[in-house]
Amino acid sequence: MNKNFSMKLHFPLLVFGIAAPLVFPALQYQIATLWIMVLFALTWDVMGGQMGYNSLGNILFFGIGMYASALMQIGQFADIAAFTAARGAIVIHYTDAQYYQGLVLGILCSGFVASACAFALGWTVFGLRGPYFAIGTLGMALAAGELMGTWEWVGGGSGIAMPVFPGSSEAKGLTFYYLSFAAAILTFAALQWIYKTRFGLAINAIRDDEEKAEAMGIHTLRYKSFAWAISAFFLGISGALFGNIVGYIEPLEVAFPTVTFGIFMVAMTLLGGKGTLWGPVLGAILFHTVKEATWTYFLGWQWVALGVLIIINVVFFQQGIMGWLMDKFPEKFGIVVEDKGAGK
Amino acid sequence: MTDYVIEVSGVSKSYGGVVANHEVSMQVPVGKITGLIGPNGSGKTTLFNSIVGYHPIDQGSIKFKGQEISNLRVPQIARLGLLRTFQQTRIYSNMNCIDNMLISVPTRNMTFRGMFGERDAKATMDEVDHLLDFVGLYGKRRLRSGDLSFGQQKLLEFAMALMNKPEVLLLDEPTAGINPTLINGLIDRLRRANEEFGITLLVIEHNMRVIMNMAESIYCLAHGEMLAHGAPEDIQNDQRVIDAYLGAH
Repeated sequence: MNKNFSMKLHFPLLVFGIAAPLVFPALQYQIATLWIMVLFALTWDVMGGQMGYNSLGNILFFGIGMYASALMQIGQFADIAAFTAARGAIVIHYTDAQYYQGLVLGILCSGFVASACAFALGWTVFGLRGPYFAIGTLGMALAAGELMGTWEWVGGGSGIAMPVFPGSSEAKGLTFYYLSFAAAILTFAALQWIYKTRFGLAINAIRDDEEKAEAMGIHTLRYKSFAWAISAFFLGISGALFGNIVGYIEPLEVAFPTVTFGIFMVAMTLLGGKGTLWGPVLGAILFHTVKEATWTYFLGWQWVALGVLIIINVVFFQQGIMGWLMDKFPEKFGIVVEDKGAGK
Repeated sequence: MTDYVIEVSGVSKSYGGVVANHEVSMQVPVGKITGLIGPNGSGKTTLFNSIVGYHPIDQGSIKFKGQEISNLRVPQIARLGLLRTFQQTRIYSNMNCIDNMLISVPTRNMTFRGMFGERDAKATMDEVDHLLDFVGLYGKRRLRSGDLSFGQQKLLEFAMALMNKPEVLLLDEPTAGINPTLINGLIDRLRRANEEFGITLLVIEHNMRVIMNMAESIYCLAHGEMLAHGAPEDIQNDQRVIDAYLGAH
């Protein structure tokens, strides 16, 4: 990635991210969601773009993180079975300290639980390749939503009420806005670093030719498991944040929204250009802006607009924004012939 | 007495009803260049695939430096230092030449920290530059490897194999599809890899001029069975080999 280009985007985005809730207080929730979308696209790209494993079920880890965090936040101070069985009849009053302790531990726990699940599941689904992997993971995510709906201990189909934020709704909005922004930055920074290490090369090699990578002695399963666990870690955290933002979690619409968020993360990455660091970020921003704009100004046509965007992307513009830029200006990305020193 | 780095004894492999290898035995002496020839469909690539663990064998034994490897999997065998190149060249086509080389470093002692370790340490980069120069791709090192010509991709694959510092390199038709001028350069580089880096080579080759010039001993397969073994001049004059190639039975 070209350094100047990267720096040109870093700074304005950072300023926008910090100032946005103060300048556009009415759009705070939408922009907080935007950062979660950026996180979605970035984590999907680890597998789909950099490693060539198109997972349609990554939303699974979002949901797992959300539940893990809820159970951690509530379970420390109340009996979960009694709380969920009461269907809202029990109201727990958390002190401020209890709330924040629960939140911090919940967020941490969500990441690690989601990662652990990715490791365990990776062992079984990484035997699948290409479209089979996509369908296999999609099935997992759909099944997870249904299974959670039948598990009474976690509230079954009627879900769990999250602890109430101790403070005004403005303060809650700001707190979770900045947490979402921080999560997106953390994800970006972590992936930027990881892609620069040997790990980045290894998952690219797996994408280009996994059989060759095996023949060269690369520990392919180990890399694949870690790649999934890393994206699951951040997805889990985003789930914890989103669960707290919404305030009430239930399996199908909030925790495992496979056909909305689960598909958005794929569409956003393709739009921005998969396999690049900035592509998912740009794709998420464009996609989310179009989505919110059509929701606001063309209500009733919003799904049509998103569909058109996806079709244009897939039919005419498959390489996405970053891919198109790389094709157009290869020298800006360091793709040059250097004759200096050749044949010495 | 010669030391053998690869010892294949009595290996059979069938695909459904087709017997691709029947009780094949061969020995590859350490530090030498050994050739493997045979008409199309005689089972050369099958034997290669068996040696590198691409598929399980039906019976027999394959030893690498005295260790039985017929029950190991492809990456495990590769990490022992037994590497192969492919007949249809395989490189990481969306990555540039440098990255192709960097990811080909030996993985024998890869630790957890190594997985997330620095990819382009100075010493590694020097080696990459040296090897890319060795195969004549230095000037194109920043190009997408998939955009290189077929012959250049073949050279890159060879350089990647050298980067991995194998003890034995199995080359599946290294000169197929390469123009005659480049072939001479390639033979020269294969020889140098053998002499300078001390890598034992086992080469499948259809180009008789190439293999007769390069190899010290040659095995000939036909119809899945080992037909003949000897020095290049013996093989050239062996009536059974001539018959096999000309289609007499």
